[in-house]
Amino acid sequence: MLTPAVAPIEAKKKEWSPYTDNGGTTLAIAGPDYAIVAADTRLSNGYSISCRDVTKLAQLTQHCVIGTAGMQADRAVFHKLLRTRVDYFKYKYGKTITPTALAQMIANILYGHRFFPYYCFNVVGGLDAQGHGVVFSYDAVGSYQALPYATTGSGAQLLEPLLDSHIAQRNRTQKNPPMSKDEAIAFVKNAMASVSERDIHTGDFLEIAVITREGTQIITREADGVERIKLGFD
Amino acid sequence: MVGANGESRYAPAPPKPSDPDGFCFHSPHPEVFSGQARHHHRHSHQNMASLKLQPADQKVLPKAKKTGTTICGLICHREGCVVLGADTRATSEAIIADKNCSKIHYLAPNIYCCGAGTAADTEHVTQLISSNLKLLRLNSGRQSRVDVACVLLKRHLFPYQGYVSAALVLGGVDFTGPHIYQVWPHGSTDSLDYVTMGSGSMAAMSMFESRYSHDLTLDQCKDLVHDAVLAGIFNDEGSGSNVDITIIERNKPAQILRNMDTPNTRLHPMRFQMPLKNTVVLREFIELHEAAPVAPAAVPAPAKKAEDEERAAMPLE
Repeated sequence: MLTPAVAPIEAKKKEWSPYTDNGGTTLAIAGPDYAIVAADTRLSNGYSISCRDVTKLAQLTQHCVIGTAGMQADRAVFHKLLRTRVDYFKYKYGKTITPTALAQMIANILYGHRFFPYYCFNVVGGLDAQGHGVVFSYDAVGSYQALPYATTGSGAQLLEPLLDSHIAQRNRTQKNPPMSKDEAIAFVKNAMASVSERDIHTGDFLEIAVITREGTQIITREADGVERIKLGFD
Repeated sequence: MVGANGESRYAPAPPKPSDPDGFCFHSPHPEVFSGQARHHHRHSHQNMASLKLQPADQKVLPKAKKTGTTICGLICHREGCVVLGADTRATSEAIIADKNCSKIHYLAPNIYCCGAGTAADTEHVTQLISSNLKLLRLNSGRQSRVDVACVLLKRHLFPYQGYVSAALVLGGVDFTGPHIYQVWPHGSTDSLDYVTMGSGSMAAMSMFESRYSHDLTLDQCKDLVHDAVLAGIFNDEGSGSNVDITIIERNKPAQILRNMDTPNTRLHPMRFQMPLKNTVVLREFIELHEAAPVAPAAVPAPAKKAEDEERAAMPLE
């Protein structure tokens, strides 16, 4: 029997869809004595730019920063929840949670919402007990892994091979020593500028959190006094 | 060569226009699309045989490059000319496929056309109409008229029911004066003083609606089109990179201002370096062939007349 060529035009049932992707790219790098978490500050809605200056980073402890791509509303709620959980940990145990413990806690929280997840794609950067940089990367339902570098968000597919080449140096015959902190900051600026050239949802400004033994510094200004670290605005 | 079901592999029998399972997407008027379009042999439908093998609910075409775009045009009544503008970004979903593509297409020496939608459609539709206008000029010995271009475009687009996704801003000056037409993918057209199209059309129209008037000089019109394209570039993620402008005046060759503004140069210099000799050579050999007989000295080809020169030399009226 022949199937009819024209599908009957039905009024599509309007399904409840509580998720939107507000775009943006996050990046985290674990160095020998530092960790870097970076993200752009654009907030997209379809082809529109809702805001050019929204942070995707949250400093959770002195030595731990989370970067979240995905949906802005879920990110705001999720970061708020993490801050209360970090405070609660301190009240309960009398000490600040370590980045490694916090990484496991984030996974537990995400998996706790297995069947109505936060639309959040996280990277976490911090220092471990020895002062070495650590990075964790997550999916929305709590699968996570410690990695030397990680990226999530709308520009992740563009960024990942660049990191494979320049950090893991998988395609090198001679490997360079790991990047110093300043080299890594320059690399992050350059890499994120490259992503903003080709990903329409990434752009405007760049925020870089640099975590060292002394604490965390969130760089939003250029060293030469330029007000913000600019990416493309188009 | 004959396939399993008796059809030639290279030229399978096209499905009959009345074939209810023929290529028609989900058009409510399959006979209009599949019948008329095939009748004119406009496109090859050979690959539709493989499309038919897919289940009805999974008929997917390959992804095409789109020009999520800001294009616009206006009439300068004061000086009797038209100004067309476009950005230069082409996207493939969220990835920027081309940072500096050209969206203002040549139709005739006195007619140009901005294109938004699927890049292949805008390019091929404008090339086709450009050819047909040239044939008409050669037959009639007269300058092309903008309304003729408009009719040729809509007659091409309408039978395809919007599947040739070309949204156009057509502009030109003929002996009746300056004209701007808005051409929609389904084939409807509007003749207006100022027009925008593409994903950045709302941003660009905000500039036109607040600043357009019949008294604007050509310089003011050019600035307005420039600012309208910039509004699209900065406020619409489907648009970006540079500004292209084309000005068409009566009895003058068109002024093509390609990349007249480049407000999005790269901010952080490229510093990525790969070490030399990074690729390991595993095996190396040189094959020796007998030397080919020396060809007679090539006669230098006559210098090809530049296309623009040819256009400039064409009589305008």
